[in-house]
Order: sequence, then C-alpha cells, then structure tokens
Amino acid sequence: MAPWPILSIITFLPLLGAVLIMLLPQTDAGVRNVRWTALWTSAITFVVSLFILVYYDPNNPGFQLIERAEWIPGTGIIYQKGVDGISIWFVLVSTFLTPICIVSAWTSIQNRVREFMIAFLVLETMMVGMFSALDIVLLYVFFEGVLIPMFLIIGIWGGQRRVYAAFKFFLYTLFGSVLMLLAILAMYLKTGTTDLVVILHSPFSRELQIWMWLAYFASFAVKMPMWPVHTWLPDAHVEAPTAGSVILAAVLLKMGGYGFIRFSVQMLPDASLYFAPFMFTLSIVAIIYTSLVALVQTDMKKLIAYSSVAHMGFVTMGIFALNQQGIDGAVFQMLSHAIVSGALFLCVGVVYDRLHTREIARYGGMARTMPKYALVFAIFMLASVGLPGTSGFIGEFLALVGTFQVNRWAAFFATTGIILGAVYMLVLYRNIFYGEITKDDVRAMPDLNWREMTVFAPLVALTLWMGIYPSSFKDLIDQSVAQIVEHQQQATGHAARTAVIPAPLTPAVQVEASR
Amino acid sequence: MLESLAVFPPLAAAVIVGLFGRRSLGDRASQLITCGGVLLSAAVAIWLFVTVALGHNPHTVHLFHWFGSGTLQVDWALRLDTLSVVMIGVVTVVSSMVHVYSVGYMAHDRDIPRFMAYLSLFTFMMLALVTADNFVQMFFGWEGVGLASYLLIGFWYEKPSASAAAIKAFVVNRVGDFGFSLGIMAVYFIFDTVQFDPVFAAAGSKVGMHFTFLGTQADMLATCCLLLFVGAMGKSAQLGLHTWLPDAMEGPTPVSALIHAATMVTAGVFMLARCSPLFEQSPLALEVVTIVGALTAFVAATIGLTQFDIKRVIAYSTMSQLGYMFFAIGVSAYSAAIFHLMTHAFFKALLFLGAGSVIHALSGEQDMRKMGGLFKVIPKTGILMWIGSLALAGIGIPGVFGFAGFYSKDMILEAAYQGGAVGQLAYWLGIAAAFFTAFYSWRLIIMTFYGSPRADHHTMEHAHESPPVMLLPLTVLAAGALFAGWLGYDHFVGEARGEFWGASIYVAPGHDTIEAAHKGPEWIGILPLVVGLLGIFLAYVFYILKPTWPAAWATSLSGLYQLIYRKYYFDELYDAIFVRPAFALGRIFWKRVDVGIIDAFGPDGIATATRSASAGFSRLQSGYLFHYALAMLVGVLVLTTFYLILGGV
Repeated sequence: MAPWPILSIITFLPLLGAVLIMLLPQTDAGVRNVRWTALWTSAITFVVSLFILVYYDPNNPGFQLIERAEWIPGTGIIYQKGVDGISIWFVLVSTFLTPICIVSAWTSIQNRVREFMIAFLVLETMMVGMFSALDIVLLYVFFEGVLIPMFLIIGIWGGQRRVYAAFKFFLYTLFGSVLMLLAILAMYLKTGTTDLVVILHSPFSRELQIWMWLAYFASFAVKMPMWPVHTWLPDAHVEAPTAGSVILAAVLLKMGGYGFIRFSVQMLPDASLYFAPFMFTLSIVAIIYTSLVALVQTDMKKLIAYSSVAHMGFVTMGIFALNQQGIDGAVFQMLSHAIVSGALFLCVGVVYDRLHTREIARYGGMARTMPKYALVFAIFMLASVGLPGTSGFIGEFLALVGTFQVNRWAAFFATTGIILGAVYMLVLYRNIFYGEITKDDVRAMPDLNWREMTVFAPLVALTLWMGIYPSSFKDLIDQSVAQIVEHQQQATGHAARTAVIPAPLTPAVQVEASR
Repeated sequence: MLESLAVFPPLAAAVIVGLFGRRSLGDRASQLITCGGVLLSAAVAIWLFVTVALGHNPHTVHLFHWFGSGTLQVDWALRLDTLSVVMIGVVTVVSSMVHVYSVGYMAHDRDIPRFMAYLSLFTFMMLALVTADNFVQMFFGWEGVGLASYLLIGFWYEKPSASAAAIKAFVVNRVGDFGFSLGIMAVYFIFDTVQFDPVFAAAGSKVGMHFTFLGTQADMLATCCLLLFVGAMGKSAQLGLHTWLPDAMEGPTPVSALIHAATMVTAGVFMLARCSPLFEQSPLALEVVTIVGALTAFVAATIGLTQFDIKRVIAYSTMSQLGYMFFAIGVSAYSAAIFHLMTHAFFKALLFLGAGSVIHALSGEQDMRKMGGLFKVIPKTGILMWIGSLALAGIGIPGVFGFAGFYSKDMILEAAYQGGAVGQLAYWLGIAAAFFTAFYSWRLIIMTFYGSPRADHHTMEHAHESPPVMLLPLTVLAAGALFAGWLGYDHFVGEARGEFWGASIYVAPGHDTIEAAHKGPEWIGILPLVVGLLGIFLAYVFYILKPTWPAAWATSLSGLYQLIYRKYYFDELYDAIFVRPAFALGRIFWKRVDVGIIDAFGPDGIATATRSASAGFSRLQSGYLFHYALAMLVGVLVLTTFYLILGGV
C-alpha cells in the first residue's frame, strides 16, 4: 500500500503543470519556458508513476493502491482509483510516452506552443485518470474528456484537412460514447452503485447483458477501431501533428481494448461468450481487409494507420478467445503496439520535419545517407511485422495460440495476417530506404540528431526488452488475466477450450499396415 | 556454460561490428572480430561434436525463461544431442570458411562491416535454431535466419532487383511460416506444451485421435505434421514455395554459399528430423513429404538443365538436392537425410564459392555463355570445381573410395527403394534427377572452363586467379567434399549409426529403411553411379563433340524447352493469382468500400445532414454541441423505451 495517493498525484500533476504554463508570461523567452515546464512536468510525472511498481504487490492479482473519496453525495457516485496488473501498464505507457511526445514536438510545433503544451498535459491527465479510475462514472468522464484535447490537437495543429479529420474523429467517437453512457446508466440503475469493483461482481441477467454489451461495443469498437468503424483513424492520423499521432495510436486506441476487457469480458461474461464468434469475424475482416488496404497506400502515415487497425484485430480476437493466452496476448499486443506504432509515427515525423511530405514516392535510397535512421526504422518495422525477439511477436503469437484453442477457423484466417503484414511493411521500407537516391533534397537530409536519438533510444530498448525478456511485464499481466479468465469461466460455466474428440472408430495402431 | 561459446560469439561480433564497424572500427578490425567470433564458435563446436556425439553425452543447457502464459511456457535453452551438434558443426565450419572467403571476395565493397555483421548475425540465428529445445525458440531462429537472409539478399540495396528479391524471399518464407506457426498452435493444442521432450514422449498416445480443423474431423498428428511441413517447404524451397531461392542469387556469392546452399535452406530438413517422433506416427504426413521431395528433386533438376546464369544453375541444383533430403525423411531415413545435408553443405558451398571465384575472375560476369576456356587462366579454381562436381554427381568406385555425394546420395536412393510404393516412385524420380544432375554439372564445367573463351578480350586479359584468402577456405571445403562421405559413412548411416544418433532421431519399428537398404539388391546402389557417369558422358557429347546439338534440341523441343527454361511459369502464375489480386483488392477496399460506402453513408453522410440541420448556427463547432445534445436526448428516449419494454428488468 502506498503511503501517499500516488494515482491521484500522477493524474493531476500534469494539470498542475498546465495551470503553471498558463501563468507564464507571454514573451519569446516564455515559449522556451513553456516547453521546459511541460517537459519537466511530464518527466516528473513519469518518475513518480514508476513508484506504482514499487508499491504494487506482484502477488495480488486484484485492484491495488485504491484511493476512495466521496464525490457526489447521495448518489453512490464515488471518486475511486486503483490499478491491477493490466491497467498499471497502460498508466505507465501514458506517463512514459507523454515526455517523449513533448520532446518530439520541441521544434516541429512553432505556433501556439503554449496552447499545445496545455492541451497535451490535459490529455495526459485524462489518459492516466481513465486507466486508473475504479468508478464507472469517473471512468466515463475521463474517457470522454480525452476527446476534447485530442480534438483540439488535430483541429488546430493538424495538416490541411484537419477540420474534416477532427470532425470525423469527434463524430465517430461521440456516436459510441452516447451508447456507452446508456449502458452505464443501466448498470447504475440496476446495482444502485457506480463502484466498478462492486459491479464487477454483480451478475446481470443474460438479456440485459446482451443489450449492454452492444452499447459498450459501439463505443469500444469505434475507439479500437474495429472494422467497419475504422475510417476515422487514417484521416485523424494523417492530419494530426506527429505527437498527436503518437498518443492517438499508442494510448487512445488502447482505451477500446481496455474497455472490452474491463466492461465486456469482466462485467458481461455471458454476452461476451455469446458474441465471441461475431468478434472473431470482425477481427479477421479487420486483419485481412486493412492489411490489403495498407498495401496500396501512398502516404506513410496512412499506411501505418491502417496497419494499426490490423494489429488491433489481433487484440480483439485475443480478448474474445476468453482464455489465458488470448487475453495475455491481447494485453501484451496492446503494450507492444503502443511502443512500436508510436515509434513508427515518430519515425515518419523525422522525415516529415525535414521534407514536409508524407508521400512515400518522394523518398528513396535513404539507407545510404541516413544509416542511423534506417537502423531505427528497421527495428520498429520488424517489431511491427512480429519478428520473434521483438515485442511484436509475443502478443500476436499468444493471441493466435489462444484463439486456436477455441476457434481454428479464426486462427487460420488471422494467421494470414503475418504474411500480409510482412508485405506492406517491407515494401514501405524498401521504398523509403532502398534504391538509388534520385532527389537532391532527399540526399541533403541530415541523419538523426541527438534530440531524436534520445527520443528513440528508450523506445528501441523497450522493443527489444519486451521481445527478449517479456516476463518483466508479463508476470503482472498474467496474474490479473488468470483471475479474469477464472471469473469468466465460473460465470458462464464454460471452459474456453473445446474438448479433444477421440475418434471411436479409428484403430489406435495403424502405422505398420500402410508401409 | 562453455556450450554457450558455440552459440553467442557470432552474436556479440554482429552487434559490435554492426553498431561500431563503420564509424570506429574500420574494415580490418570488423573482419577480424567477426571471423574471430565464428572461428571460436567452430572450435567449440568441434569439441561439442567430440564430447556429445562421439562421447554420447546429450544434454540441455537452460539459459533463462523467455515467456509464458498459463501452461504455455517457453525457455531459452541449448539442446545438445547428436542431431544438433552435427548441425552446429556444419554451420560453424562452413560459416567460418565463408567469413574468411568474404574478406577477399568483398575486398572492394564499401560496406564491409555491415556485410560481416550480417553474416555473423545469420550464424547466430542459425545456431539458435538448431539448439532449440522447444518449438517457439526454433521459430525464433527460423524467423531470425529469414531476417538475415533478407538483409543479405538485399545487401546491394541500390539494385532494385536485389531489394525485390529480398522481399520475395522474406514473404515466401512467411507463407511457410504461416504453416509453421499454425503447426506450433496445433502442437500446443494437442500436447498442452511446446517443449520437445514431452511432446515427443506423448506423440504415440495421440495416434488416431481427431479434432475439428477447418470444418473437418482431422487426424491430429497428420494435421500437425503437415502444418509444420509447410514451414519446412518454405525455408527449404520445396516445390510450390521455391520461387524465392533462384532470385536470392541477387545476394553476394558468399551469401549464396552459406545461406542458400549449405545451412539455412537445410533448416527444413533439420526441423523434420528433429520432429521424427511426430512424423513417425503419421504415415500420411510421411507420404506427402516423400512425394513433395521427389517432385522437387526432379523438377529442379530439369530447370537446372536449361539455365545460363552460373549461380542459378547451382541454385536449382541445391533445390534438387534438398528434394533428395526430403524424400529421405519421407521414407524414415532421417540419418541419411542429415548425412546428405552434411556432405552437401561442403560440396555445395565449395561449388558456390568456386563459382564466386570464377565471377571474381571475370569482374562480375555470371552468364556462362560469356565464359569458356578458363581452365588455363584459373586452374586452381577449376580443379576445386571439378572436385565439387564429382561430389555432387556422386562419383566413386564402390568398395574403394568415393566423393562425398557418392555415399550420401546413394544411401538416400537405396533407402527410398525400400520405402514402399511411394518410396519407389521417389527412387525412380531420384535416379532421373541424378542423371540430370551429372549432365548440368558438366555442362557448367565445360561451358565455364573448356572450349574457346567467349568473354571479350578486355575481360579475359584481366582474368586472374583468386587470392589465397579465398582459395584457402575453398581447399578446406574441398577436403570435406573429398572425405566427408568416406569418413562419416559408418557413423551416420553405417554399422555405428544406432549408437551415434542415440535418442536424437526416432525411427518406428518396421520403418528402418536404412537397415533394409543395407540388405537390398546390389543394382539399386549401382544404378545412381551408372546414370551419373552417363550424364557426364552426355554432357561431353553435347558440349564438346557436337556443340550444335544443344541449340538444335532446344529448337526441336521448343515447347518443352520453353516450359522448363521459364521455370514452369511458377512466378507468372503466382503473380496472376496472388500478387495482382492482393493489390487490386486493396485498392477496391480502400477506394470503393472505405471511401465509397463506409464514409459516404457513415460520417460524411451524417456530417452533411448535421450541417444542414445546424444551418441556424453560424459556427460549425456549434453543430457538434447541437448534435451531442440531440444524441443525448435520443439516448435517454431509447433507454426509457427499453425499460418500458422490458418492464424494468
């Protein structure tokens, strides 16, 4: 148990930084101070957040570091925070990536720096708040709150079609949120509380579960995003500034996956089992369909955005395998994707800052002039492809293993994703780095500078660490997942693994005869 | 933990040279570090071979836990038994020869540190593959060698053909890995573990059991074995998944020798031998392996007859020899397959490096139509190529002495003859392939070294013998091509084989085709030699006595010739049924479905509606608020209705 309310501190520390930035004088020197204040705030937040690991008891799979206070008296709505072995990593990913994003935006954001940094710190508060909330209304507030700073980041600092993209992003997410609010209301009316921990252990009737499941589905499917409600993502990514894309891909998409685990699987076990084949279908479509679409993209960011949809397909599939490997794999895949896709968007940002285009055809042959960049990009490319030894392999593989246990068709089709994923990433890499350099402006681009190296170094290290020794991260995840799976199977009375059928008529020994 | 020294020095060398080679270390230090690393591995490997294989001391060294989930637990480990130490020996010895050779061959390249680092990285990945004690670690090495192969094929990345070949190699291998990973999933599903020992121990108890797989009631072991076999087909370029191997010749020649002849492409053979306890329980899987292997041996040999690029001829020869190894596995002659794998590693690396020496002499020329008459100019290379070809064709004097292939290839064919009807089919296809092999080998020798020079005057003037740093490794490999078969016969497939292999290879009772082969009729073993000599003689007739015949035959059989020369149109076929449709589908999904349907009826449609609805508001943003409020209202209505209908659940 922590001696101080650590989760609340890391939630609201960035907000404090934002207030501080507001108070800074609006001069030229002020802009510099704004950047440093934002960086220090987020860096301190990250360091403090590491103390969660110190106080977290690795032998207890349940919620820990719980903080509880009255919020709206008389309604049963409380302010409650806490983390388990799953959400702890999402909190850490959020606090880890925010300073990296702020450094990456150091020079590329030149107008309205103050507002940008404020938006970013507010965004961090919302993300950390969401993943550490243990009250469904509180969680919903943060879940929705994320939309506002993100909407502003895309709409103000975005590219040419930023208004369209921001609008589309908002509209899609809004559609889901409304239905989610309905389901939350239903849960509140049914149980008389909004305490997430209490609701986790409150059984709902099967019919109600199915309705609520659909409502949550609408919200989380958009956030993931799942096919066919994914079309906001490519536009949002393309238009968002680099730092926005990184957070969008790394953290915002994970809110969907987190929601599916926390709400759908944990609170609505019967409905989750009922809808599993439906989720498999959508996941497979996402994997194959968006991989093929990624193949023909001419814009780097769009390609990586589509690849995100495919990778999230493995996540939703793994979650609804409803067994240890499936959910383990899904959580790990989300963490890996957070690092890898975030890093890939940062990679795009590197050349975008130099040449101001994302058109793949404008580049080529850069392995010769930018060897450091080529190496860094290669590592993330390979992690995205799921090469064993990188973080990308573990999650994808476990999700597939989990799925294979319950549905061979789904595993079969999803595995084609490992072929298609290799194609579009390798073709992208070739088009950027291989061949002769034909353009003078491409030849003139300098290799990574020290600031960019400091941004990439921890990401490279994490990608390899998570691939070679994933136990550091997985041990906490496994315990909480084991509890979820057990609860799921108790509630539904269904072991998520079809029995092996011995064929009664086949003789056991038949080897000798046929030779 | 001395065993680790067989595996990790190349990795350390690759990392050091890869990160610091270009800037700090320079070319010479990079070469020394990488060569030193792999030579150290080779020395330890020989020690391991003596203690583990000859000293009968198989054991497993656990390094650390990799990852786990429920009952799925995966370790990093070094499994050392006869099968793996043979592989470690082959890999490190050939790799160190190739490392040394590269010092000379790549002397004028501008990226020497990068090349050496890739070679060492490959060596490490291959060692990780062969020392795996579970399927997932094997998969790690498997994908790792694929990565190294991709990097090395595309080493000269400024050449578009090289980067295209690199992608093709990786992707076709991934098609194989699609099968391999499903195979691992099936293994876990069936056995509840991915560790070799418990899986192999339980294999017998799963015979005849079925599970639902893709809508059918499939035999568990057969399904599992066939899925794993798809992986082996990809890595070992078996018919159907072979199209990447000839293109892989875009890489520098030392790469072709090490990866695409001696080691990586034999990983499939190794994998099947490792899984012998599984395959032995599934007669169906064994038959499929036999048929695919035999067809590969035959088809690749025919293509080899018609190619003009010296490296492609040897590449098709490799594919054909891999076919032999596969049908050897199919008839349960695992030890013969590994024996041939070992001898083939020596003589095929020799042939490739010899071809590299020829190419080096001719300043990069690879077309045999522009060679000829080189024996006088580069006699040492010529002699070494002769040794390699004699070993490949399996020439020898029965009962006295033979070149390496004489022992191993004959053993495979003799065992195949004892392997039932399917085995006999493989035998006859193998005999035909042996005939073609001898023919194309001497076609290559004659077109390259004899006759009048067809290279231009300038090139011939500059033609020169390779430096000692290239010829020395060739000599070591030539010693292997000369003596590996003769020396290894007794242990690998002869009297001592049972003791030598120990428990690393399992042959079910009644499957021992090698035992049967030793007792089989004499002519079965003589026939491969006879057709080999016949093939050499025919090549002599075609290319020395009657030099007009090849063109005349090609014209009179032009249909057949074109079919073979065009490699049976596999590339064109795959392009038409996989590559183009994938891109076309991608475009349709993107432009027609995403933009045309989902967006048009989804957000864009609603947006238009919202815009008109919020016409009274001056700002677009106000439209959101309006919409939000409206949606909330609708939501509350829906909720109320819902409660009314369900009567307040």
